[in-house]
Amino acid sequence: MKLVVIGNGMAGARFVEDLLVADRDRFDIVMFGDEPYGNYNRILLSNVLNGSQDAKEIFLNPLAWYEENNVTLHAGKRVSAVDRERRIVYADGIEEHYDALVFATGSKPFVPPVPGTTLHGVFVFRTLDDCRNIADYAKESKRAVVIGGGLLGLEAAKGLMNHGLEEVTIVEFGPWLMGVQLDEAGGKVLQSTIEKMGLKVRTKTNTSEIQGYQKVEAVKFADGSEIPAEMVVISAGIRPNVDLAMECGITCDRAIVVDDRMRTNDPHVFGVGECVQHRGMVYGLVAPLWEQTKVLAAHLTGAEKAYTGSKIATKLKVMGVELASMGRIGDLKDTDEVVLYSEPARQVYWKAIVRDGRLSAACLLGDLGPADNLMELFKADAPVPERRLEIFFTPQSAKKDVSLADLPDAHQICDCNGVSKGTICDAIKKGKCTVPSVGKATRAGTGCGSCKGLVKGLIEAVAGAVKADPSESWYVPAVPLDKPALVAAIRERKLRSVSSVLRELGAGEDEKSKMGLASLLKSLWNEEYVDERDQRFINDRVHANIQKDGTFSVVPRIYGGVTTADDLIRMGEVAKKYNVPMVKVTGGQRIDLLGVKKDDLPRMWADLGMPSGHAYTKAFRTCKTCVGAEFCRYGTNDSTALGIAIERRFQGFEFPAKVKMAVSGCPRNCAESTVKDVGVIATEGGEWEISVGGAAGASVRKTDILCRVRTQDDALRIIGRFLIYYRDNAKWLERSYDFVPRIGMEELKKVLLDDEYGLGDYFDREVAATMAAYTDPWMEREKPAYAGQFEETKTIALPMAP
Amino acid sequence: MLTLQVKKPAARPTLRRVPVCKDWDIPLGLGRSFEVGGRLIAVFKSREGVLFALDGLCPHKGGPLADGMVVGRQVVCPLHAYRYEAHTGACDSPGLCAVGTYPVDVEGDTVFVVVPE
Repeated sequence: MKLVVIGNGMAGARFVEDLLVADRDRFDIVMFGDEPYGNYNRILLSNVLNGSQDAKEIFLNPLAWYEENNVTLHAGKRVSAVDRERRIVYADGIEEHYDALVFATGSKPFVPPVPGTTLHGVFVFRTLDDCRNIADYAKESKRAVVIGGGLLGLEAAKGLMNHGLEEVTIVEFGPWLMGVQLDEAGGKVLQSTIEKMGLKVRTKTNTSEIQGYQKVEAVKFADGSEIPAEMVVISAGIRPNVDLAMECGITCDRAIVVDDRMRTNDPHVFGVGECVQHRGMVYGLVAPLWEQTKVLAAHLTGAEKAYTGSKIATKLKVMGVELASMGRIGDLKDTDEVVLYSEPARQVYWKAIVRDGRLSAACLLGDLGPADNLMELFKADAPVPERRLEIFFTPQSAKKDVSLADLPDAHQICDCNGVSKGTICDAIKKGKCTVPSVGKATRAGTGCGSCKGLVKGLIEAVAGAVKADPSESWYVPAVPLDKPALVAAIRERKLRSVSSVLRELGAGEDEKSKMGLASLLKSLWNEEYVDERDQRFINDRVHANIQKDGTFSVVPRIYGGVTTADDLIRMGEVAKKYNVPMVKVTGGQRIDLLGVKKDDLPRMWADLGMPSGHAYTKAFRTCKTCVGAEFCRYGTNDSTALGIAIERRFQGFEFPAKVKMAVSGCPRNCAESTVKDVGVIATEGGEWEISVGGAAGASVRKTDILCRVRTQDDALRIIGRFLIYYRDNAKWLERSYDFVPRIGMEELKKVLLDDEYGLGDYFDREVAATMAAYTDPWMEREKPAYAGQFEETKTIALPMAP
Repeated sequence: MLTLQVKKPAARPTLRRVPVCKDWDIPLGLGRSFEVGGRLIAVFKSREGVLFALDGLCPHKGGPLADGMVVGRQVVCPLHAYRYEAHTGACDSPGLCAVGTYPVDVEGDTVFVVVPE
């Protein structure tokens, strides 16, 4: 089969590429191109003109590419006729027979029918040769007029500026610049920006004549005025190249008419690119063209694919001005809603047109903050937010809008340690260009860590870039290994204590590393772990949470938040007996006895007779529940029973960071399951929906749904698998709300649900082993683990002076 | 008018060597808190077995240093992780003053701390 392509521009060459990918061998391919080159990226021509790119850099397919792919290219040959009866293409003495013929003839610049367009110094701006000629001629010129205030005209004007012309005037027939992409107000904003750059702009100006004898001398306008100029660049739009197609009887309107499979009225003849008209639309941008070439390649190789038109959404940079455009901004009906935001001082202008609750067109100028969001809405044809202002101001874009640079030096960045922007910037200027080194110098980011993003932003703003810090991948700061390498080294060398790991693998020591290693070694070795108590933080030594005055808090475990009258009475009596200064109900549905002296801890635990609630360590904390089906008239499942089962099963499990869970008995979600590390919600159908990775602390994140299961046992099994996978793979102090997005739900589902790596049994065994290894740490009240574990300050009287 | 102030030389404090506990009362790598003649003192034993003593309270927010972790030659306050050098008492963060240090020694199995009276 023989395929002939007329046109070797972006559409023709791209189509052949797509065809070769779809089926390399189906066709003998012959291409005609009237430029004597391979194929180049026409979009970058303005870069060649303004000098920012060399002509060599914009070639897409050099001549060698055609040879390598067995494509015959007739470069510099113009097709003069097509005989559709005999299926032959004629060009400069060449005859090529075809089984399929593709028109990719593109378009040509529109030259207004005014006198003088043939004078020396008048150019169109379309090809590589035009580019070279304009650049050469600009060397001997001082003043230029660009006819046409569209995208290409503005690009040409900028290119001329860069060639050192003294005066460049843009002349636009329409009432404002870039009439396709912008409305009047937007066009005016753009115009004032451009004028500030030293260009002149005349709108509503109709060129009547280009004057001169042999060479251009001036441009005259319909109102009688004129501008002296040595050169003129015409960029007044494009016209599809349809002459050849019309001559051979292919149906044409404004361009070659094609259907959803890029077919013309002749079954052997097709069209793609700027030369075709599809459902009434002619496109002059590359994105639609790429969709078209794919469809045609599919169709010609027997695949089923249809082109249904393109949604035009582009981001452009016009003379340094950022611009995003989608749809046709000029297409406005009385029933449309217009949402507008403008900020003249910064030359920002945003406009969105909403039709039937969907984004039909928009333009953004000067600041593309919300552009990605709008493009998503536009392309997906998705309903826009009820509150229309959220089209522009999503929570994300609002965040982005707070410019770090604009904050005063006194602004507090790290709220935990009270570190101001000025202090951080000083440290950065002194060479602290990583987040940890800034933390070390200023303490910023070393508390809850939620300001680390801001610190990073400041480093970028002050020092230019954040230096890659290899220590970020280390599991703990004192051992330069990431988690898999660390675990492998620990296993290989049989390192069972924190001190041996630090001695053999460490580079220094610090308290965070010790805590992290202690937790890791415990999970790796279970009973074989050599527990050095001094490697633990005080909370983990005395199984209570240290308070600001050096006292401790006691939080007994209340499984699923369900207690009894007797237990409550006992807690009350204990609180009274030890003069507990504050008794508080916690957010995790437990009772916190605050302000306890260290030496009272063992006796209080004994009097309570309840196990530790682990409210102090990097471990499973609590499982919050709502009352569920047992009493609630809306409850659809027994949430308290599942919550209690979860807490009994996973109590004492240690992790790289704390883990909170919740079970809600119906979708009303009263236990706030969607902001927990693991959340379970009973569905109307009697199933349990398990979701992971939520938080409502310094960071707020909604959980991602993992799966739905039928029974309590299934829920416990899936949760257990997630917990072991998290324990094994999270970085030290990495909460599930960072871990889950880092791994990704797709991967998590593969691991936990589909068991693609065959780890399911291992996870279940680890859950069983960890459950078996559980002991209530509060039992150490019977026999302290080391001297002075639960002793307060000892008072020593000075001996009498001798 | 100028007045001339004459400072008396500070009286040299009397030092007292006080027994505080037995050697085995302080496990390796940990600290114990003592109140000696109204003065709060934290005594530590490093992982290498070296004893040292510092003021018992962190000058930042009064955290109990005896509950801190011993990391190399430093003690880390349990409240906000300020660090103090074992032998000079200097704080690692600029702007915080040093804590006092006290000589410690063991005689037989008894630990002694030397405190000013």
